[in-house]
Amino acid sequence: MARLVERRAETPSAQTLVLDVPDWPGHLPGQHVDVRLTAEDGYSTQRSYSIASASDGSRLELTVQRVDDGEVSPYLADVLAVGDPVELRGPVGGWFVWRHTDTAPVTLVAGGSGIVPLMAMVRTRRAAGSKALFRLLYSVRTPQDCIYADELRSRARDDFGLDVAYVYSRQAPQGWPGEPRRLGVADVNTHGWPADFQPACFVCGPTGFVETVADILIALGHEPRRVRTERFGPSGP
Amino acid sequence: MTPFHGPYDDGDYADGNALAGPLREIFAVDLTAASGRCAHCGAEGPVALLRVYAHAPGLVARCPSCTEVVMRLVRGPNSAWLDLRGATSIRIPLGVE
Repeated sequence: MARLVERRAETPSAQTLVLDVPDWPGHLPGQHVDVRLTAEDGYSTQRSYSIASASDGSRLELTVQRVDDGEVSPYLADVLAVGDPVELRGPVGGWFVWRHTDTAPVTLVAGGSGIVPLMAMVRTRRAAGSKALFRLLYSVRTPQDCIYADELRSRARDDFGLDVAYVYSRQAPQGWPGEPRRLGVADVNTHGWPADFQPACFVCGPTGFVETVADILIALGHEPRRVRTERFGPSGP
Repeated sequence: MTPFHGPYDDGDYADGNALAGPLREIFAVDLTAASGRCAHCGAEGPVALLRVYAHAPGLVARCPSCTEVVMRLVRGPNSAWLDLRGATSIRIPLGVE
């Protein structure tokens, strides 16, 4: 059984929950946990949440985007208090994972809270001293929706070999060159690695976003087996 | 303990990554990285790429190519029911995790 030890607001609708999980076996970036809530009448439901942190002892961070009509995320985001127990299972997932021993360049494409498992990869990269070259392309609706904004700014400066680029779909920051728009072929082509470099590509976000980006990557010549995707859906974050 | 509302969160389906926990309860290895062959159209690909519908009682995983059902998993109080009629075979990588 895990316990909430701290919470941090990331954006108006996203919270990072810091959990202490005794006997946590460690995890790979990209893996997730299943969080189960049980009501007093015995009704229970569960959702999968990507792990945001690099593996670090018994400490585990999840970043939860509040889905207003959701069953689980409003409870985790607003009600769960420091000291409360949390029932979780994991780490699980062995496909959408990056291993720090892999030296191939990496293209990460995030839509909204799809940044969470990709951030675990970025954090693990530095924690493990990996020299794999990373490019992160992050699509958000508005600057206020950018999760980990400060940390990404400092990592883009300090983590050698990490490039970070943004696309704003609804409202761009002041002084931004160009209009808000959906992420397109030119963004992936400009800010991702060329297919010739045989990068590992990880794409995470809402279902429509992931399918669009995966199609773009394949059209740009990336081998399907190097394009790994994770979609949010009814049981997603 | 919890204020529950409507039956689902937003979005229509998730993907096979969401099967990792429920399948890990049954199998000793991760099955999302395993490769399955659809019994309907013959498409082959990782379990992680199946389309997973959680609206039904249990989980229904459909082929991303032909949308036919590949796998059903229903968890009861004392047992799990796994229906794999829609998969001709599943190739499980060993010694990777």
